[in-house]
Amino acid sequence: MTKLHGAIILGLGTLLAVLAAGFAADGLFRAHALIVMLALGIATIVMLRQVEFGRAPARPDPSAYMDDPIRAGAILTVFWGVVGFLVGVIAALQLAFPDIFNIQPWFNFGRVRPLHTSAVIFAFGGTALITTSFWVVQRTTRARLWGGALPWFVFWGYQLFIVLAATGYLLGITAGREYAEPEWYVDLWLTLVWVAYLAVFLGTLLMRKEPHIYVANWFYLAFIVTIAMLHVVNNLSLPVSLLGYKSYSAFSGVQDALTQWWYGHNAVGFFLTAGFLGMMYYFLPKQAERPVYSYRLSIIHFWALIFLYIWAGPHHLHYTALPDWAQTLGMVFSIMLWMPSWGGMINGLMTLSGAWDKMRTDPIIRMMVIAVAFYGMSTFEGPVMSIKMVNSLSHYTDWTIGHVHSGALGWVGMISFGAIYFLVPRLWNRTQLYSLRLVNWHFWLATLGIVIYAAVMWVAGITQGLMWREYDDQGFLVYSFAETVQALQPYFVLRALGGALYLAGGVVMAWNIYQTIRGKIRNEKPIAAPLTAGTQPAE
Amino acid sequence: MALKEIDEISGTETTGHEWDGIKELNTPLPRWWLYTFYATIVWAVGYCIAYPAVPLVGEATRGVLGWSSRADLDKTLDAAQAAQAGMIERIAATDVSDIIADAEMERFARSAGASLFKVNCSQCHGSGAAGSIGYPNLNDDEWLWGGAPEAIYTTISHGVRFADDENARFSEMPAFGAGLLEREQIFEVAGYVASLSGMESVYPVTEEGAQLFADNCASCHGTGGTGMQDVGAPPLNNAIALYAENADAIVAQVTAPRHGVMPAWQAKLGDVAVKELAVYVHGLGGGQ
Repeated sequence: MTKLHGAIILGLGTLLAVLAAGFAADGLFRAHALIVMLALGIATIVMLRQVEFGRAPARPDPSAYMDDPIRAGAILTVFWGVVGFLVGVIAALQLAFPDIFNIQPWFNFGRVRPLHTSAVIFAFGGTALITTSFWVVQRTTRARLWGGALPWFVFWGYQLFIVLAATGYLLGITAGREYAEPEWYVDLWLTLVWVAYLAVFLGTLLMRKEPHIYVANWFYLAFIVTIAMLHVVNNLSLPVSLLGYKSYSAFSGVQDALTQWWYGHNAVGFFLTAGFLGMMYYFLPKQAERPVYSYRLSIIHFWALIFLYIWAGPHHLHYTALPDWAQTLGMVFSIMLWMPSWGGMINGLMTLSGAWDKMRTDPIIRMMVIAVAFYGMSTFEGPVMSIKMVNSLSHYTDWTIGHVHSGALGWVGMISFGAIYFLVPRLWNRTQLYSLRLVNWHFWLATLGIVIYAAVMWVAGITQGLMWREYDDQGFLVYSFAETVQALQPYFVLRALGGALYLAGGVVMAWNIYQTIRGKIRNEKPIAAPLTAGTQPAE
Repeated sequence: MALKEIDEISGTETTGHEWDGIKELNTPLPRWWLYTFYATIVWAVGYCIAYPAVPLVGEATRGVLGWSSRADLDKTLDAAQAAQAGMIERIAATDVSDIIADAEMERFARSAGASLFKVNCSQCHGSGAAGSIGYPNLNDDEWLWGGAPEAIYTTISHGVRFADDENARFSEMPAFGAGLLEREQIFEVAGYVASLSGMESVYPVTEEGAQLFADNCASCHGTGGTGMQDVGAPPLNNAIALYAENADAIVAQVTAPRHGVMPAWQAKLGDVAVKELAVYVHGLGGGQ
């Protein structure tokens, strides 16, 4: 497909968006149609300017890797990361000081919160996953991305999804499902993009020049396939009007709740765990220059993880209207999930045996190690919190928030940073990063931020849980809700501080990446010299 | 395909494959990992036998322990009720003053009242019952409608100026700015009222102000501003103020008074809860 064809399709899309805006059933749908019109219109113009009329279009070399979407993805991963962390700090500050950034109704906490979660999970995490999976699948199959211009559609189509989701939250468009807030038409668009993603990934795997499929690709594939299933089922709904934003879920009552948490928990399992394990399985051995510790462990823990994770969702609904048997199921599967999860941690950490001295010299390895350590910690904490006795204390408290963030900031964030630091010099043919010392700064800012965040939320969550269930000697509740909020305020302030440190690390990364792309190298002392040549692994 | 080789550092065989320079060692599963995994599976099976777990056609298996979350809740509720044995009934049958006189009942009712207060009353009166502008402080010994146990009980039961309860406490101060007094006269009254509590004021204290007060205000607020609980008229001769915390606020209140509304709680919470609340509020410090 030539760029002219692309421009024509984008132009038609723009026209459709104009029509949708004209005939919209409500103002919010019209606003979204206008946003789509603007995005597609700009894309049409950009595309048209690249068309060279009267000249045969240059065919890409079919033996070369398709790295342009990966370059765009690396930049946008950093961008969305900083944006997502910033919105997180704003949300944290709103909880500590309700008058901060109090711009009603757009920046009401109820809208800022999904903006933050979607920005970090789907914008930052999703872009990181698509970007790295495109790199990994090409390098480990020695095949060009399949589908011609399809990877570009996947990439920009996903970005359009992010923009529609984010603007929707601020405008007040929400399906009211946690981590699945976008409305029906945005869901349909994502489904289309996701099917194209699956096609690109599978197509590339089928065209592979390696006899075997590398473990990272199993994880990426599991992530793509399962997210497609979860997304479609959880978002089954009936729109009120074909040109209106509002829709109603196909499920109701406890079935609806269970569908939502089947989705919600496996978004964690297959998006934030399986996807990023795929990332780890490629970038960690590459950066450490060591073979993966155990092939057998990778097989067993992969299949165990895939099989067990999908059943664990009901642990989000302990002590609710969900039948007891389903709660039991959610809990025992969560417990059985402990070792399969830890298989990834063992394979990650033990891959470093023989390369541990790199911890001294290579801050990127440091990042990956702390990522795997936090992965191990949160995949232990998760099963513990799924136990009903523990859950009766922890559920609905800030402990849950702390748990999510030790996984998100510690595992997802750190492994993505490591992958970005690995990729950028290679994507732009630079000999090295602008500055390893800045990577080290990023490492310490982020680590300190996570430790403060997680520790503070543990204390806050347990305090909160204990205050809620405190009875006096006559059998009456002691605290009102407002009193628990008052008790937590100092922790909310500290949490914002932890988030701000993490954001500062993200800004340092953005600067480092920007300078690296520009081809600059910072004049600085090396972090530490390798001990002696003899301790280095054989290469 | 590459031949299998031995990794020098670990001494372990590789699988012989290589992807973009990444090899894999053929290390066996760590034993501790495997056995812990088995242990969690065994535990899961055991738990499923003990507790409700497997959905069948009509209902799920109940588990050999016979546990269910509903039965568990009932047990907890029964235990809580047993611990409060008879107290609710005794309070229902006793007047508020007599509850206060009985140490055991008083302790129970005060505890219950504190809990009820946090949920139902603290939104207006504050969690420490210290009130704020327009919402009376319940800790001091000044009472709009009376601080005796039965008076507090009546106020909580029926509310104040609450349209849905015909027995609600009711009084309404006229809007003196709507044709009853001239603007200058209101300033003079405000100067006099401010002087009653020693409040600093830009309005001068005049004999005309005192006379206007005697003619227009004293019938409810009493001569010298001593207040009158029968009509809910607050005393004006002390530093405690519901609205008029400064002289300008006095002018505003005389000109076009604000009137607070309190809901009737008898219909919503029931008699026992209202008694408990009355005991709690009475015990805050200012009860008479």
